Amino acid sequence: MSTSPTMVSGPRGEQKAIWRRFGIAPIYVVVVLLFIAIAVLNPQFMEPAGFLNLFRRAAPLIVVTVGELFVIVGGGFDLSAGSVVSFTVIASALWLNNDPNNTWWVLLVLLAFGVLVGLVNGFVVTVLKVPSLIGTLGMLLLIRGFGLYISGGAPRGYFPDNFRIFGRGFIEDVPFLDRVPYAVLILIGIGLIAGYFFHQTVLGRDFLAIGDNPWASRLSGVHVARVRVLTFVISAVCAVIGGVLLGGFGGVTIDAGLGLELQAISACVLGGAALLGGKGSVPRAMAGAVALEALFTLLNLLGLPKPLRDAVQGVIIIAAVAYAAIGTRNRK
Amino acid sequence: MATATVPNVRDRLQLEKVPPVYWILLIVLVLAVVLDLLFAHGQILSSSEIFANMLVRSVALGIVAVGQTFVMIGGSIDLSVAYMVSVTAVMASFMMQGDESRVPLAILVVLGIGVIVGLVNGLIITKLQVNALIATLGVGLVLKGLLNASFENFAGAVPRSFQWFGYGQIGPVPASVVILVAVYIIGAFILAKTKFGAELYAVGGNREVARLSGLRTDRTLIVAHVLCSVTAVLTGLFVVSRLRSGAPWVGPDGVYDLESIAAVVVGGTAISGGRGSVMGTLAGVLIFGVLDTMFNQLQVDAFLKLVLRGAIIILAVASYTLRSRREPS
Repeated sequence: MSTSPTMVSGPRGEQKAIWRRFGIAPIYVVVVLLFIAIAVLNPQFMEPAGFLNLFRRAAPLIVVTVGELFVIVGGGFDLSAGSVVSFTVIASALWLNNDPNNTWWVLLVLLAFGVLVGLVNGFVVTVLKVPSLIGTLGMLLLIRGFGLYISGGAPRGYFPDNFRIFGRGFIEDVPFLDRVPYAVLILIGIGLIAGYFFHQTVLGRDFLAIGDNPWASRLSGVHVARVRVLTFVISAVCAVIGGVLLGGFGGVTIDAGLGLELQAISACVLGGAALLGGKGSVPRAMAGAVALEALFTLLNLLGLPKPLRDAVQGVIIIAAVAYAAIGTRNRK
Repeated sequence: MATATVPNVRDRLQLEKVPPVYWILLIVLVLAVVLDLLFAHGQILSSSEIFANMLVRSVALGIVAVGQTFVMIGGSIDLSVAYMVSVTAVMASFMMQGDESRVPLAILVVLGIGVIVGLVNGLIITKLQVNALIATLGVGLVLKGLLNASFENFAGAVPRSFQWFGYGQIGPVPASVVILVAVYIIGAFILAKTKFGAELYAVGGNREVARLSGLRTDRTLIVAHVLCSVTAVLTGLFVVSRLRSGAPWVGPDGVYDLESIAAVVVGGTAISGGRGSVMGTLAGVLIFGVLDTMFNQLQVDAFLKLVLRGAIIILAVASYTLRSRREPS
């Protein structure tokens, strides 16, 4: 398993696909191809508004994917992310109670809730030594049950406009682009922060190190448990932000965000992250999430019924991971 | 997870003396009796009807959990079982159409589908080297998509005679419970007494070592996945015989994927593979069965049930890992 997140051209570089020779990860090629296909079917997609709308729709998944990536490169899974998104939507609707004055404290409470969930996940995995797949599965049920309990099982409350704006609103009269969704700005911000953190700092190297070889990391002075807890905190906080975006975009439903964690894991893998850790990249994982959302859009444009979209998604995820696995094997 | 250590023989022997799952089952049973006496004047557990119902409710999860135990001992996992249950339930009732003479063919067809799905799972994991979680998630999505594209509601019906599986009695015992016990005995026999069982533990313990020792690790894992899908088919047949007709949502509504994984790990099977038993899984299934029954009878908020279930999964698995860490190594 490669320890380096950057694509290195091997000694047999001449046998590689052309984009690999230029150091371009296959996921970007996939995204471009999907965009071209969408543009052919729907010329409106070429205009800034149509193009940015795809990102506005994809924003919750992309943010959750960024958080999930930190956990995955650290060698874990966070299955609770989707239920945190769901809880955020349910609880914010309930607490906001359509009063715009509530927005800021509700956002703060939810972010604190995200930190708490991350700390509990981290505690369960590092101190109680429960495998993350099971520990976060338990937390999935716990948070889901808690969310349903406080809401009584039916969605209640409304979002005031100053809450919805994050997921739904636009900045008007931007030159060239006409209008820019807030969600896209939030995405760029999160992408820059996460990318800098992950790829440019020592701590970012630690995430990769504990996923690649926790024992060696410990011997070389990395505080493995602390770094691992941090990955879960980042994931849960990203899930809360994803929930705020999803609630603003889609409104209050009781099952909003459910299953998002599996899509996010798929997106990370499409973006070249290795399950069980040690390899991954923020921009590529984000591209993986964009590819997944673009794929849904494309299948929709092709007129495929929703159920068949699931089936195609399943085939494509398997094919992408198999392609990556066989590529790795050949390089060895 | 990536650093699964193979426990030495002494650890394993001590662990298997009294696996925590039996203590948890005991605690849950005692709590159930206490709650019963306090809030229901002892009328819940003394009712043979409720007790039988509790067992029957455990049958659906219990059968598929045997298959999940197999793949997880082999170090794999199967997230496609919930949709396999749906496919079985819908296809069986659609093909039977309430006609007794079509039952054998329908059962053969769904078993055939189960074998094919298991083969596909196993081949993708071993030959294409796709992580089991992603592979079976993908196959589950494909099954879900194909099923929902073809059926929207309850399709067909099972004939009256077929409902014996779900409602029949053998003497005082529900037929389904007899079948459940039979599945567990067969499962325990396969793991303990057959070459395949021994190989499965070896493959789950350390795949590379098993391969270098001359085992056909790929084939062992593929067989485990086929057996797992077949148990999902049996659960599907049981579910459809209870419901009289199959609908696409019966599998995901039962959350058989996550619940079976939960029952298996609560029962002491290591998620990294190489260790575990079907009897532990049965205890795990019964823990959930007792809890569900008590909560329903005492009319506790259904959502708190989820919270408690999540907490139990975490604490049960923690009790294993903390135990094994205390052992001198």
